[in-house]
Amino acid sequence: MTAPAVPAPTPATTGEMPRVRESSGRRNAELALLIFVMLLVLAYSATVEATALDTITGDFWVPVALVAGVFLGLHVVIRFLAPYADPAIVPAVALLNGLGVAFLRRIDLAFADANERADLPIFSGVGGRQLAWTLIAVVLAAGLLIIVRDHRAVSRYAYTLGLVGIILVMIPAVLPSQFSEINGAKLWIRVGGFQIQPGEFAKLALVSFFAYYLVRKREVLSLASRRFLGIDFPRGRDLGPVVAVWLLSLMVLVFEKDLGTALLYFGMFVVILYVATERVSWLIIGLLLFFGGAVLAYVLGASVGGPFANFYQRAEIWMDPFAKPYDDGYQMVQSLLGLGTGGLFGAGPGGGQPNKIPLVVSDFVFAGLGEEIGLFGLSALLVVYLLIAERGLRAGLAVRDSFGKLVAGGLAFTLGLQVFVIVGGVTGLIPLTGQTTPFLSAGGSSLMANWLIIAMLLRISDAAGRPVTGAPGGRAGAAGGGPRHSCMVPRRR
Amino acid sequence: MNAPLRRAGVVVMVLFGLLFANLNWVQAYKADEYRTSPYNARVQVDQYNRPRGVIEVSGKALAENQATDGELKYLRTYPFKSQFAHVIGYKPVNLGSTGIEQAEDEFLAGTSDRLFADRFRDMFTGEETAGGNVVLSLSLPAQDAAIKGLANNPVGSTRGAAVAVDPKTGAIQALVSMPSFDPNPLASHDTEEAQAAYNRLKDDKEGPLRNRALSEVLPPGSTFKVIDSAAALESGYKPETSIPAGSSYLPPTSGTPIRNSSPGICPETQVTLIEALTESCNTGFARLAVELGSDKIKEKAKAFGFEDTDLKVGNLDGGGINVAASRTGDMQNPDGGEDQAALAQSGIGQNNVRMTPLEGAMIAATVANGGERMRPYLVQQLLGPDRRTIGTASPKKINNPITGPVASDLQQMMVSVVERGTGRRAQIDGFTVGGKTGTAQDGDDERDHGWFIGFVLKNGEPISAVCVLLERAGVSGGSSAAAEIGGQIMQAVIRGEATDAQSRRPAGWPLPPRRAHRQRWHGRCLARHRRGARPYRRGEEPAPGPAGGARLRRALPRRSPHDGDNQPSGRRRRV
Repeated sequence: MTAPAVPAPTPATTGEMPRVRESSGRRNAELALLIFVMLLVLAYSATVEATALDTITGDFWVPVALVAGVFLGLHVVIRFLAPYADPAIVPAVALLNGLGVAFLRRIDLAFADANERADLPIFSGVGGRQLAWTLIAVVLAAGLLIIVRDHRAVSRYAYTLGLVGIILVMIPAVLPSQFSEINGAKLWIRVGGFQIQPGEFAKLALVSFFAYYLVRKREVLSLASRRFLGIDFPRGRDLGPVVAVWLLSLMVLVFEKDLGTALLYFGMFVVILYVATERVSWLIIGLLLFFGGAVLAYVLGASVGGPFANFYQRAEIWMDPFAKPYDDGYQMVQSLLGLGTGGLFGAGPGGGQPNKIPLVVSDFVFAGLGEEIGLFGLSALLVVYLLIAERGLRAGLAVRDSFGKLVAGGLAFTLGLQVFVIVGGVTGLIPLTGQTTPFLSAGGSSLMANWLIIAMLLRISDAAGRPVTGAPGGRAGAAGGGPRHSCMVPRRR
Repeated sequence: MNAPLRRAGVVVMVLFGLLFANLNWVQAYKADEYRTSPYNARVQVDQYNRPRGVIEVSGKALAENQATDGELKYLRTYPFKSQFAHVIGYKPVNLGSTGIEQAEDEFLAGTSDRLFADRFRDMFTGEETAGGNVVLSLSLPAQDAAIKGLANNPVGSTRGAAVAVDPKTGAIQALVSMPSFDPNPLASHDTEEAQAAYNRLKDDKEGPLRNRALSEVLPPGSTFKVIDSAAALESGYKPETSIPAGSSYLPPTSGTPIRNSSPGICPETQVTLIEALTESCNTGFARLAVELGSDKIKEKAKAFGFEDTDLKVGNLDGGGINVAASRTGDMQNPDGGEDQAALAQSGIGQNNVRMTPLEGAMIAATVANGGERMRPYLVQQLLGPDRRTIGTASPKKINNPITGPVASDLQQMMVSVVERGTGRRAQIDGFTVGGKTGTAQDGDDERDHGWFIGFVLKNGEPISAVCVLLERAGVSGGSSAAAEIGGQIMQAVIRGEATDAQSRRPAGWPLPPRRAHRQRWHGRCLARHRRGARPYRRGEEPAPGPAGGARLRRALPRRSPHDGDNQPSGRRRRV
């Protein structure tokens, strides 16, 4: 917030000193923001205990200190390995992640016996697991920053990543239900008591693959066209990839019974395609295909049922959650009632009864929080999410290579879209689909995958912020030092 | 590529704008609807976080709270168990509430608009606004007499009801339905236990959950003759006017003759109206009804409150327990003409005439009150959490079904019933008692319902009016048993008023010292309980701190009539 995300182009003649000062200024801003948000989380935890327990236990600060420690570690890694990265991203994510851990611990308190509440072990319950996952996920993110020193290196493995992404998406669909289905959506791999959601990791892999593929094909996709109704439409054979991805996401919809994930993959692809080709027609085709598919699924669900029944049911609940308030609509009704009870200011941290909402630790975490922090608190959280997405998009704007632009744009947009899909779902704006709320929902897969996405965004924003000439190893090219184009032509690696 | 990236940024902003707009819709515009939704269990748990108001009579709590360690912090208890069950009802966790608990729910829970000032103040002090207290108009001795009288009836009736009202104000003095039930298990926080208790009561063949005083109607039998008499007096008859009677009467269109309950009753061809009522002459009143016509009878019954489907008894400002409509029923042939056989039967309270015990009491009360029918009520006073008076019942007249002269004629006739006729067992020494008995056939069961409606006057001033019903009260003697119970209830009212007059503490006056102390003590205990500390041990006095003092100061009005220290000491009953 203090340092501009896109620094004025540093002239090639500038010496070492100003650049160092500038990067350290960004890092200091990041550190200050980080400390500030950790204090916020600390205050939140204290309020929760004061309200829910009527007393603040002596070790209430331990979970906050643990996450703060690991965030500070990440900050140090960034300071050395990505000094020009956007300073607002990590504090914003840290705020969400820290609040998520504290809120899940608060849910554990609500479910704990009255006499055990005061001494709930730090790593117990959903909150404790989330704390552990946070530590692992941040270490993973730091690891990605350490291993991937140049985001363009990722494009070397683009096809491998694409294959891995599709496999990750497909695994739950082909697995028998008992290994993959939770709450009607087949999105999981369940082995024993352990479960992961491979689709979360697929996002990063698929975005990298799409970006690479489109950088190579963008001329064909954007030039050869037929004009119809004033809009340039691509040739039939060039529609191949988009149709393929559309089919893939429809398969997700049908076999994994999850509209949200389908919407996410498809939206992600269409937006990357649009950014790569700058052709509005792709957006129109994409939207038509998606809504056509959704309407078709609804109609099929109403008439045929089978694999479409789940989507039809969710659409029905969305249209009138209070029609069956105790069975089908129960989750939605409780979510809306929780949000409504919170009202403008909320019941205060620890003052509400978020445990009345089913699945409050995963899908409905936003509604659970909303009961206690109210409209004002939730609006603030939305702004934080928006900040992360817009900062990611900004990194895409500022970075000089097309691959980086597409990856950053795709990841940031997907993050924003995911927040829209799940928050819109739990607040009744769109039919509810089982997505995780990034950084807030309980779940290691989601946390790790989203932290990897953040690491990738940090890496790209570092490349974007890095002065043109001073970069070691000829990073980010453009050695000419002339006036920089705002839109770079793709380069051969 | 930057232009589309920027547009993608705009799309994200638009999506978030939609989220924000929708959140405003859910959390601001619809917030109240969702907060108070019946599907919202949060509000309910919230209600149990603060003490619900007390329902009380003459300083005795009929419904109060007990602090618990569970998720719901206060348990509702009913110390009098079954004695007031049909008046106060019950407030269960998972089932619907009933009675005053339901009718005054908002006030008792502390969410009523009338308690806005308290809530506003507590917003700043950070305390939970406790519920307001409801003082009922009941008379403890009268209620007790009604319960005992019904339970010990000599005719073996297991079901029945009794109602007593103050004729001048409409204040209910006693309201009993037999058999009754203990509401405590229904208020249990163990919802399965509560449900099981409810199911047991619901499946009980005697129907203890039914409020026979207010929501059940039965044929009123001869008590309905008071309505016939009122209609006749209004049409110009006098108590001494002779009406045709006889030992048997065959209405023009019917095959079954109407007879008197014993051959000794009005065998003469002509009796006076007062004599007919005193002896409860069936043939006379059947003929009288046919003579007057169904319109007049129906109109008079309606003026007395029959056919009223909207009556609630509770708070005069609105809200209360629903009262079933009493009915005169159909008295017409299919072609629209008057069915004289039905009319003759209706005239003696049979056929399709149905009445609630409350309506019976109101008929007697109207006669005793010079023809003014007052709106019945139960809630005498509403007190804030700090026992500040928030509302006091101001009696309301409904209408004048009969004029003053007619009312005094009717009084004279009903007094004759108790002094010389069928209601002799309701007599009270030193008081003027009037009434009318009734024996109603209902279905094929040979056991009739016994009724008594009556009133008691002192120097012409009405004190109480009662209605007693004994269902299936044996083959004979049901109505005189009812009259005896009615007399006992009215006697208890007189007794209660006598002790009350000595000890009445006007509302809003400060609490007697011991009670103030108890309230302060309770407040500290509660505060300690909220802090999670162990309760005080016996003999462990909390240190007198500013908090306790402040609490006490707030609990008492700043200035009170007692400040002058001039009230007679020792006469006030501790309440």
